[in-house]
Amino acid sequence: MTVRGIIFSVGQPVVGRVESVGRWATNLLTDFGSFCLYLVEISKQAMRRPVRWDLIFQQLEFIGNQSLNIILLTGFFTGAVFALQIGGIFQIFRAESIMGAATGKALTREMAPLMTAFLLTGRAGSAMTAEIATMKVNEQVDAMEAMAVDPVSYLVVPRVVAAMFIMPLLCGIFIFIGTIGAFVTGVAVFDVDVGIFIDRIKWMVTPRDIFNGLEKAFVFSIIISAMACRYGLKASGGAKGVGRATTMSVVMTLLVVLVCDVFITYFQLRL
Amino acid sequence: MSAIIEFKNITKKFGSRVVLDDLNLEIPRGRITFIVGKSGEGKSVTIKHIMGLLQPDEGQIVVDGDEITHFDHEQLRQYRKKFGMLFQHAALFDSLTVGENVIFPLKEHTKLSLPEMLKRVESVLEQVGLPNMQHKYPTELSTGEKKRVGLARALVGRPDIILYDEPTTGMDPLVSEMIDELIVHVNKEIQGITSIVISHDLKAALATGEYIVFLYKGKIALAGSPDDFKSSKDPVVRQFFSGKVEGPMEFL
Repeated sequence: MTVRGIIFSVGQPVVGRVESVGRWATNLLTDFGSFCLYLVEISKQAMRRPVRWDLIFQQLEFIGNQSLNIILLTGFFTGAVFALQIGGIFQIFRAESIMGAATGKALTREMAPLMTAFLLTGRAGSAMTAEIATMKVNEQVDAMEAMAVDPVSYLVVPRVVAAMFIMPLLCGIFIFIGTIGAFVTGVAVFDVDVGIFIDRIKWMVTPRDIFNGLEKAFVFSIIISAMACRYGLKASGGAKGVGRATTMSVVMTLLVVLVCDVFITYFQLRL
Repeated sequence: MSAIIEFKNITKKFGSRVVLDDLNLEIPRGRITFIVGKSGEGKSVTIKHIMGLLQPDEGQIVVDGDEITHFDHEQLRQYRKKFGMLFQHAALFDSLTVGENVIFPLKEHTKLSLPEMLKRVESVLEQVGLPNMQHKYPTELSTGEKKRVGLARALVGRPDIILYDEPTTGMDPLVSEMIDELIVHVNKEIQGITSIVISHDLKAALATGEYIVFLYKGKIALAGSPDDFKSSKDPVVRQFFSGKVEGPMEFL
């Protein structure tokens, strides 16, 4: 084998790898760019008349009211179990009195927005994708366009607007119920004094913590609803396509929520 | 014969595949035009160009005197109000009742009062032979009924042009016949409406169409009246009409 041949046989797989990484990066950037353009389109359509109040209220009911029970249950048990875990550790240092404060802080800043986002992605986001994807593969979205109705305006905007309103509210409920869960555990299991428990929470959990938590919930609501609708609108290929779109929507939304959480937390702590 | 739609040297490629090749097409105003051809010859692409859902790579499309290829998003939205479209599978919104489906374009684009809208919905449902069906859901309807509701929805906005995308594909002969009759009925009943039908159904094209365009390899192989088609000696046209595999026609 000539030197050239050796270089070629060694170099070709490397070039192949570099090529595939390049292609992946290009696709990622293209997707990111088109998602940003899609967000701009949603904003533009949201400013236009008519304001579809009936659809917004339908979505508020679907995302908010129908998710309430699961938020209440999950919130209570998350607070309780977190308090159990953290209480066990604090007990070693005889610091059970601040377990409520620690739980409150963790719930407010991180757990409530993230858990609410996960629950809504699984319950409301997946349903949004499945519904819109079914409409897409059955030509209902095309019919809408043919009737001079913008699918973004009719299908996406009401869902995004409703999610923006309702998700911070659900997150607030999660924080409140989670704190009650922690309170029950603290008082019943670790014998923490009621007054001290509340006092420590007031001392450690600041309005800024609550604001930061709700801020995250607000950003996540846009990501969840916009991504869910986008995967629905891009679906193709019959029933299989609907299933694929729904799975991809849930997986990618959870991933993006987690990545965004890191950046938001970083900026919140820096500012 | 004045043309309501004109394709001037339209070329459309998907990758390296040329679907419409320097196509020049005129669709007459107020008549029933059938666009026929075998699968993959660009019939649906043609209809999507008419609706402004696709842009040509080259050429101009003039509809009712307006050159539509440079229309922006808002102009296209306004432009599409001229059309009604019946989809292959009717494409009714499952979550809405028949009445809500039919009233949909009116709610979106008109300032009519609710009683006026309901009156118009009632009259158009009667026109397609489905009175008192407003409260049913699409899942409760037969395929033929769905098509008729789809047609009612396409007609309710009183469009200038109505597009039928494969209206009888997959239908039994009776329902096909009924849909064909409905196409003729609509064209007679509504003064000046232009009907464009995309179809494989040659029997329907010859029986119902007033003007037929046969697409082959992205160009017009023949355009004319049903009699022109029946008397055509073109071997490709003859093969298509005979439905035989053997002949000069190329299959992809």
